[in-house]
Amino acid sequence: MINWSVKRRDGCSLAWRTALIIGGSLCAAPVSSADAAVPPVDGTRSTATPPTAGHPDSYEAYIAARGGVLPTASRFTYANGAHKSAGIPAFARKYGLACSACHTAWPELNAFGQRFKDRGYQLGNDRDSPIWVNPSYIPFAVRTTPQWRLERTTHQLVDAVPGDPASGTVERTITQSGFDISGADLLMLGTLYKDITFGFVPTVEDGEGVGIEAAFVRFDNLGKTPWVNLKFGKFELDNMLSEKRSVMLSSNGTFYQSYHFVPVGDGTDFGLGDNQIGAEWLGHSENSYTRASVAVLAGSDGVPGLPSGKSYDGTFTLSQAFDAGRLGVERVGVYGYVGRRPTVFETSGGEPIPGTGTNNKTFYRIGAVGDFFLGKLEFLPLFLHGSDDKDLAGGTRNATWNGALLETHYYISPQFILTQRNEIIRMSRQALVSTPKNLGNIDAFTFGYRWYPIMFSRAGLAMLGELSFTKTIGTVPLSGDGVGLDPLTPDTPVRSTSVLVALDFDF
Amino acid sequence: MRMATPWAVFASSLGLFLVASGATPIAAQETQVGSLHGNPQAGKQDYRRYCVGCHGPDGDGNGENAQWIEPRPRDFTAAVFKCRSTPTGTLPTDEDLYHSVSRGFVTSNMPSWLPLTQQMRVDLVAYVKTFSSRWRTQGPGTPISVPPETPATAQSILHGRELFQKLECWKCHGPAGHGDGPSASTLTDSKDNPIRPYNFAMGSRFKCGTTNQDLYRIFMTGVDGTPMPSFSDNIQPNDAWDLVHFLRTLQPYPSPEATAWHAWLPQHASELKPIGPDQGEQ
Repeated sequence: MINWSVKRRDGCSLAWRTALIIGGSLCAAPVSSADAAVPPVDGTRSTATPPTAGHPDSYEAYIAARGGVLPTASRFTYANGAHKSAGIPAFARKYGLACSACHTAWPELNAFGQRFKDRGYQLGNDRDSPIWVNPSYIPFAVRTTPQWRLERTTHQLVDAVPGDPASGTVERTITQSGFDISGADLLMLGTLYKDITFGFVPTVEDGEGVGIEAAFVRFDNLGKTPWVNLKFGKFELDNMLSEKRSVMLSSNGTFYQSYHFVPVGDGTDFGLGDNQIGAEWLGHSENSYTRASVAVLAGSDGVPGLPSGKSYDGTFTLSQAFDAGRLGVERVGVYGYVGRRPTVFETSGGEPIPGTGTNNKTFYRIGAVGDFFLGKLEFLPLFLHGSDDKDLAGGTRNATWNGALLETHYYISPQFILTQRNEIIRMSRQALVSTPKNLGNIDAFTFGYRWYPIMFSRAGLAMLGELSFTKTIGTVPLSGDGVGLDPLTPDTPVRSTSVLVALDFDF
Repeated sequence: MRMATPWAVFASSLGLFLVASGATPIAAQETQVGSLHGNPQAGKQDYRRYCVGCHGPDGDGNGENAQWIEPRPRDFTAAVFKCRSTPTGTLPTDEDLYHSVSRGFVTSNMPSWLPLTQQMRVDLVAYVKTFSSRWRTQGPGTPISVPPETPATAQSILHGRELFQKLECWKCHGPAGHGDGPSASTLTDSKDNPIRPYNFAMGSRFKCGTTNQDLYRIFMTGVDGTPMPSFSDNIQPNDAWDLVHFLRTLQPYPSPEATAWHAWLPQHASELKPIGPDQGEQ
């Protein structure tokens, strides 16, 4: 929930907070190569801007050497630790259930919570319609995270003499730490009428304004069958492994690298973890053990305003759960996403005109995911294979890569959880033959705990600690603060460390 | 900083495996549903996660949310249960409790816990039975027999309607089954909490099930802890089926009974006497 700040290398920086269903870049926009040359607003990151002009060993020289292709949009970076989606205490207040009824550890859903969500945030006990609700009830909750954090990133390019940009550039380790706050998610989800639900999640970030993380209406149980449920608006994809519901909140640990990775030099603006705009069909069995969804989405990575072309993206998910007795409910699933992005825009005065993109090129993500319980131990594996068209990846052949992660939770009690996650990204084919095969590869590891001293049906408070590492070859990490520039040589491993101690409250 | 992924994975995984919860032993009480045996200790863990907010840590129905819930959560220490296949005043079977957990209760805050595994639900039943000593001194009652259903004819429905009048069901449930009979506002449960009679117009489900067999069982066993009595001593099985068929026609949903009734009614509506006090005085 809350607070993560997404920083794109195109210079757009905007804090996210997330929310329950939510996710989505608030700042993505079609970026021309001209845009890419503009320094970032906050001065922190811009890959397209030559990091070390004139340096013979610079990344710019490296890029030039591999064909002169500069990234257009380029990769983005999460920073400023934090958050995701939330449990919705408003639902707990409405139904009188403790957080743990729907969440393994909020905000992650358990099997009961998944069914509740699938039914349109209804329990189906004839107390769903607003007519049954106390008139003073308001479907509103807020989540934010006061915190202390440390971010440390190696091989950051800095001026050799502070304050003198003409002094040349050297690599140093940048360490930043201190008390901080996340933004706030304002979570509004409620039932308009039986089987008709709305969601509206504005996010508020100090100095960044307000964004719309999610806004949708859903119609459930159409024809009195759980197999016909429709949703329209901006919402989180039906990811079985929900990034918005991650229990990890540090800068490095708060997101799945696999969901946002694109190869170095790739201009594809897309993240599986981002909230998207479109329409979704969801079907599920009575107990939600069998689930499937198909969505048609705008090709804008969740950015409103028709910024891209006229093409549509498509996605599907399919999962099946199994009754494993005392071990718990085990689930396996597959997913896929196919999108297209324009490579040419009509321009006016040299500036691209939003919505006029053409000459679309294809990218896709496919994979498998699991959720396995061994009593109090939960394993969450995920595999992803990605491919971007050569014209999106800035090369002569399609770029392909694989990602895998294993997240583990140990529930000491409903109010105390230990967590760890390992994740790797490996490029299998670069868009340019001359590009080192391992450029952009990622190793990530996170370990932490969450303790919920308060877990009532009215509110929740989690105290958490987290330590997270990433190693990225030859480029900036997807997360962490630092300077945000690539190292001087493409084989340099850039290491990023996040430490987070925070109070995560949800009311 | 160097990545120490393999060591970190080993250490963290080892840690996760070694941490154990502090659970207290519970006196075992035999619970069986089908081939599954309930473990109250395992059920306690799930009870703490899913049930404690309403039913309370002591199972007395005084969870933190109880004050906001109407009707109030069940007090397991009293071992009085509404939905049973057993005669009134007796304990329910393990299957009865299992089905209650799985089905939930319409018109209450108790949801269906169908997404939990069958074993988890059986474990919950086992744990619920630890809250009252009644389970250690008494066995469950013998389930009543439900004879084969009679045909849902217009005559059957008409006879059921007469029974609805004769047995004064309308006094609580109302002449049209809307739960608005003259006694409705005065009803209380065994703990003196106000209680509303079932409104047949509100849903397709009943408190204790959805089928005609469930409905038969409800008024032949009674709903313990509420003013709804058992009619097993008052009516014969065939009469009970007639009443079931009539009650189905009070629901605003398609059913064989509603079809038969609405086919018969247009030509005979004038022959029907209204349900209610005037009819009873005639």
